[in-house]
Amino acid sequence: MNRWHPRQLWFWLMAPIDVPLMLVTGLLLLVALAMVASAAPERIGNQVFNMSVALVVMRIVAQTPPQRLMHLALPVYVGGLLLLIGVALFGDISKGARRWLNLGFMRVQPSEIMKIAMPLMLAWYFQRHEALLRLRDYAIAAIILLLPTALIARQPDLGTAILVFAAGFYVIFLAGLPWKVIIGMTVAAIGGAPLIWGALHDYQRARILTLLDPEKDPLGKGFHIIQSTIAIGSGGILGKGWGQGTQAQLEFIPERHTDFIFSVLSEEFGLLGNTVLLGLYSLLVGRGVMIAVNAPNSFMRLFAGAITLIFFTYAFVNMGMVSGILPVVGVPLPFVSYGGTSLVTLFVGIGILMSIHRHRMLVQK
Amino acid sequence: MEFRNPQEDLDRFKSRLTITVGFVLVCFGLLFARFFWLQVVQHDYFDTRAEDNRISLVPLVPNRGLILDRNGVILARNYSAYTLEITPSKIHDELDTAIDGLATIIDIQPKDRKRFRKLLDESRNFESLPIRTRLSDEEVAKFIANRYRFPGMDVKARLFRQYPFGAFASHMLGYIGRINDDDLVLIAQADQDANFRGTDHFGKTGLEQRYEFELHGITGFEQIEVDAGGHAVRTLARTAPVAGNNLTLTIDAKLQEIAEKAFGHRRGALVAIDPTNGGVLALVSVPNYDPNLFVDGIATADWDALNNSPDKPMINRALNGTYPPGSTFKPYMALAALTYGKRRPEQAIVDPGYFTFGNYTFRDDKEGGHGVVDMYKSIVESCDTYYYILANDLGIDAIATFMRQFGFGQRTGVDLGLEGSAESEGSLPSQEWKRKRFKKPEQQKWYAGETISIGIGQGYNAYTPIQMAQAVAGLANDGVMYPPHLVQAITDVRTGEKTFPPPKPPRTIPLRQQHIDVVKRAMVGVVTEGTAALAFANAGYVSAGKTGTAQLYSLKGAQYKEGAVREDLRDHALYIAFAPADQPKIALAIVVENGGFGSQAAAPIARQVLDYYLLGKVPEAPAKIVSTVQEGD
Repeated sequence: MNRWHPRQLWFWLMAPIDVPLMLVTGLLLLVALAMVASAAPERIGNQVFNMSVALVVMRIVAQTPPQRLMHLALPVYVGGLLLLIGVALFGDISKGARRWLNLGFMRVQPSEIMKIAMPLMLAWYFQRHEALLRLRDYAIAAIILLLPTALIARQPDLGTAILVFAAGFYVIFLAGLPWKVIIGMTVAAIGGAPLIWGALHDYQRARILTLLDPEKDPLGKGFHIIQSTIAIGSGGILGKGWGQGTQAQLEFIPERHTDFIFSVLSEEFGLLGNTVLLGLYSLLVGRGVMIAVNAPNSFMRLFAGAITLIFFTYAFVNMGMVSGILPVVGVPLPFVSYGGTSLVTLFVGIGILMSIHRHRMLVQK
Repeated sequence: MEFRNPQEDLDRFKSRLTITVGFVLVCFGLLFARFFWLQVVQHDYFDTRAEDNRISLVPLVPNRGLILDRNGVILARNYSAYTLEITPSKIHDELDTAIDGLATIIDIQPKDRKRFRKLLDESRNFESLPIRTRLSDEEVAKFIANRYRFPGMDVKARLFRQYPFGAFASHMLGYIGRINDDDLVLIAQADQDANFRGTDHFGKTGLEQRYEFELHGITGFEQIEVDAGGHAVRTLARTAPVAGNNLTLTIDAKLQEIAEKAFGHRRGALVAIDPTNGGVLALVSVPNYDPNLFVDGIATADWDALNNSPDKPMINRALNGTYPPGSTFKPYMALAALTYGKRRPEQAIVDPGYFTFGNYTFRDDKEGGHGVVDMYKSIVESCDTYYYILANDLGIDAIATFMRQFGFGQRTGVDLGLEGSAESEGSLPSQEWKRKRFKKPEQQKWYAGETISIGIGQGYNAYTPIQMAQAVAGLANDGVMYPPHLVQAITDVRTGEKTFPPPKPPRTIPLRQQHIDVVKRAMVGVVTEGTAALAFANAGYVSAGKTGTAQLYSLKGAQYKEGAVREDLRDHALYIAFAPADQPKIALAIVVENGGFGSQAAAPIARQVLDYYLLGKVPEAPAKIVSTVQEGD
């Protein structure tokens, strides 16, 4: 290869990159750096590394044509499903849940793969049945959706199960699931609530009960919610200032650099900070929606739409649980929470959006 | 079944996407509303909660005030020591298992465990309780190095109350112990709840109890920023505690010591009062106990030993022992006779050795009688017949009315223990008293025959030693009665400012000086030529006194022989005195339980006390029993 001029390298690097998407995620990463530096300064180096890896992965995925991704749909989905079964049978137990599979050379968390594999698989499936959609096709889609969801929920990992389910459901919904089916399912879900309740683990039930009345058990299960709402509320309009949040700095907030990092942000930057964050997510969703609308075929539309809505779901579930309007499930704040795995998954999603955007014209024949 | 074309497909997708975008906006709107609610509407509430989380108020317990005698000798003080404490609520294992673990590095005796158990039963919630006190430096170091192994346990530096002289003046000083429910009621009544946050000891008896709120001081507070684990991060503000006030007593510790030692191994009480102001100079109840035993929770074995001892060391005999005054009652009887005009001093009787009233014969101690007896001789030789007749002439109600003026049968109000309940009332018999005392109508009637023995201080008469001391001080002071008290001054340690508890105003008994002089002269005669002459031979000062014997064992008609009666049924020996006779500086009353005759057992104790107080003579041995020719007293 010839000697590369720096400008040439820059153009090569930036070629598949969607600038608006990059700007919004870049700002979110800056927020992440600020919050990790406040909540867990000793981990800032790790997180910079995680971000670098995630950005490289994004760049590679952005380069990959959507058609190739489509071809990967079935193998990745089936592979992911097999790994999930493997987890259920041979998985390592950590913190009371069986989530990891030790392959000898590495430990993988197959449920994480499913966050992308699920919408990929369903988008591919609906693309194949594009011309003619019968209820039977929706039924098969439902099986594709529910099988991995159930395996993940049983691990148990309710947070991931919700995200995987949501990802798949968005595809089915956007593909045109008839309203009568949606209404019917809603009614059935309400009717089946007691059954679902019965199937939940004790700790999962406790979380839901805690949501309803956190003060009932202030030092036990309600502690997390109470302390994080105190943090948010005490932040006020402008916040206590970066690094000045007493709830965060004196360790009253649990998991303050991971799942509860939003309460640190809320406490230190107040309603203003929250609004900025909501704005960034809205821009992210907006850009994703634009990409989806402009996508050339059904597969890309559905895939892009579902991934965009996954970002929203991450953000909404996390902020909702931290501020006490949703039960505590293990969902990180997208792009901001400390941790490599979910960050890589999120940037795979960003990369896919970029790829779809880049290829919006090429496949249109 | 539906057929599709790409444009329709795209349109449907767009409409569906629009719906989801609407959903996204609704959800984000919901979140914003939630944030607005928490951060704007409820901000103040959550701000307060965050501050409450962050700031912990730690009470700083003040140093307890000292107790000093009139010359500045320290009778109660504090010392700092390390204790190993357990917070039971923070122990997750079985408590015994946790203590077993601790016992592998720190010496823990079975008695420590027992005491801890007891404290645990009595404890308020969430307290930390000592399992070991007075740790050596080595033990402290050992524990600190292993602290991580023992969550819920910690070493704390605490101030401990100490009574440097041990078993000395214990009934007067009292002691402190851990706060119990009764104490909490007192604290609440005094509106001191906030001030006692962090305090875990409280005065239980004596001066420690009566002056608890003076001695305690004002609790300080430290505002500490704490993290979620309850660990202190830094101090935000500090209000220093104010040490409790020191008490300076009217007591003379040396005099107290001499008086206590004078009793030897005998049981009894002595109260010495400065008649000119009511200040108590010595207040003895023997046997003593060691108040130090109570400070960090008394061991069961020690408690049982004190409680089961036949000597009853826990009873404050000076305030709660009630004894018939015996012949020490006679000077007051004589004074009553003069005051009411029933006798003139020179008026004499011929004593045959007995007095017959109805079918009863009341015997004099001296067989064959004292011959011709006037008032002087009746006191000096302690003639019973004289007072049998006099009592009959005065009548019970006149006697009661007169004696009440000297404080007999009423609480003195001395500043010890809980006001009103630490002192016994005794009983001053009268017709009304008997009506109240008994329930059955046939027992409620006063019989004239019952008056006779009242005249020699027997019968229903029963008074506490402090009442007797107060009375003799009043007599010594010519009828001006100062209520007895123990605290001379209360010193604010910060400013050095002394406050003097407002003295209770004296009461003056309407008496004629010439009558008082007659009785006083006779009481000097007791010491110079009467029943106490032997005990006071070559005294070097002129004192006035009166011996007495309180009969426990009634031998109808038979002669009382000391040796023949079991010791605990022997008579109590009494002595009252004041000195110098012309200008009294000290007045005292002594009871020696089962001591026999007052002249033999009680007067020699008075001699040692007066010798020290007036001449500075320190005795070499406890007062000996003086054998006298048994002359009746």
